[in-house]
Amino acid sequence: MADGTGSFLQSSKGFIAKVYVMVELEARKLRHDPSELLTRAIQPALWLLVFGVVLDQIRLIPTGDFSYLEFLTPGVLAQSVLFISIFYGITIVWERDLGIVQKFLVSPSSRNALVTGKALSAGVRSLSQALIVYILALVVGVGLDLRLMNILLVGVTVVVGAAIFATLSLIIACLVKTRERFMGIGQMITMPLFFASNAIYPISIMPKWLQVIALGNPLTYMVDALRDLMIVGWVSEFGLALDFAIMGVFALVLILIAGRLYPRVGW
Amino acid sequence: MPIVHTKGLTRRFNGFVAVDSLDLDVEEKEVFGLLGPNGAGKTTTIKMLTTLLPVSGGSAQVAGRDVRARPAEVRKVIGYVPQMLSADATLTGYENLVIFAKLNNVPRDQVEKRARNALERMGLSEFGDKLVRTYSGGMVRRLEIAQSALHFPRVLFLDEPTIGLDPLARRAVWDMVRQLRDEYGTTIFLTTHLMDEADALCDRIAIMHKSKLVVLGTPTELKERVGVSSLDEVFIHHTGGMIESGGSIREIQRERMTARRLG
Repeated sequence: MADGTGSFLQSSKGFIAKVYVMVELEARKLRHDPSELLTRAIQPALWLLVFGVVLDQIRLIPTGDFSYLEFLTPGVLAQSVLFISIFYGITIVWERDLGIVQKFLVSPSSRNALVTGKALSAGVRSLSQALIVYILALVVGVGLDLRLMNILLVGVTVVVGAAIFATLSLIIACLVKTRERFMGIGQMITMPLFFASNAIYPISIMPKWLQVIALGNPLTYMVDALRDLMIVGWVSEFGLALDFAIMGVFALVLILIAGRLYPRVGW
Repeated sequence: MPIVHTKGLTRRFNGFVAVDSLDLDVEEKEVFGLLGPNGAGKTTTIKMLTTLLPVSGGSAQVAGRDVRARPAEVRKVIGYVPQMLSADATLTGYENLVIFAKLNNVPRDQVEKRARNALERMGLSEFGDKLVRTYSGGMVRRLEIAQSALHFPRVLFLDEPTIGLDPLARRAVWDMVRQLRDEYGTTIFLTTHLMDEADALCDRIAIMHKSKLVVLGTPTELKERVGVSSLDEVFIHHTGGMIESGGSIREIQRERMTARRLG
């Protein structure tokens, strides 16, 4: 979809500029109405302060030398990123009804840039969740790794993870096009993605068939990276490099698919 | 050479022909009106010309660029205001302008200046930093037209620009359209239901009925040809004046929604 005329450098500069505008749009919206960020704090608080604290007492789930709360904290961050992003596609349906998508599409912007911008916008929204989870975790006494490099990489993981699920959500929205059907499918896939991952229990205790699914689930690699980066002493199961590589490939493939489907929203 | 040129332009939806072999020429700096009952194919035509909707058959060029072969080139020289109220209500008027200026490749150092200028020309300067949700319908429409013109498009497409507006706000939109044409030489391609609007604003009009173009000319020509004194009568003459062509439920819902939001 690139214009073909300019040099590669020029077109990638244009691409980045357009992605940046889309993210700027989201950031400006958030600045005008940050209330959503607060209401979003409730779910992770329940998971950590109620679910986590209770299960921590009974030591039901084998988490090695680490407490269940330590095991759970990165999982809760990944989960709240998933929950925010998987419904992000509804904004496309909304913007279609308002004619905003049509105006994006009539502008001289690459479709992939528009979609990437949308995906990263979900990432910006999700970053607030990292802050909330860090605060909650410190409150319940989880040993967090607070080195700057680790915190920055947690930010990157959150943004890339959000981009993956937001783009999946955009693809669904582009296909179903109505709010009702979209919400139905969103509800349908959220819990399976969550349960078929290592977010709240280790893969090793899953039945074999579920392990296979969990290994194909991008959420698993996000959680794996987050554990390594957030919890002092935790070493990632798959290796950080592999975690990032797999998440990167998921993001790229989904963005390319969404870039093809996005123009249909304007029909 | 016409700035918008279509030859046999056709769009089919699962067997239904929404636009049937449309031949149309729009001259540069013209205010061109596309009229017709609901469901006649006006919006579908605009969507094909703005590259939003793939063409099923025939061809169309905008400013000499083919919409099928070079859609990305077409997008550089057009502006579009959809029928719905498309300004973002959760942003300020100024932010709405800035975002779309950037999306439309306005040079970086010009963005702020053009956005402020546009606000001033629309009489919205003092509202520039207020959220659009506090605007009246007429203000939103003016903002949207300015938004779509910041990059000085060669052709500006307006789909039902005055739907749901009161007479005063409607006149303000007409003034803006004329101003854009006179000062920047922008060609305006609009659709409307309102015959008085077409009469007052358009240099030439085309009437579509049941997916086909039925007549094209200046308002005066069309009236003389039928031998009547008002465009209303011309319209009824060419479209049969039957109520049966009502447009789809979705289309009417959308119009009602726009009208309601315009309050």
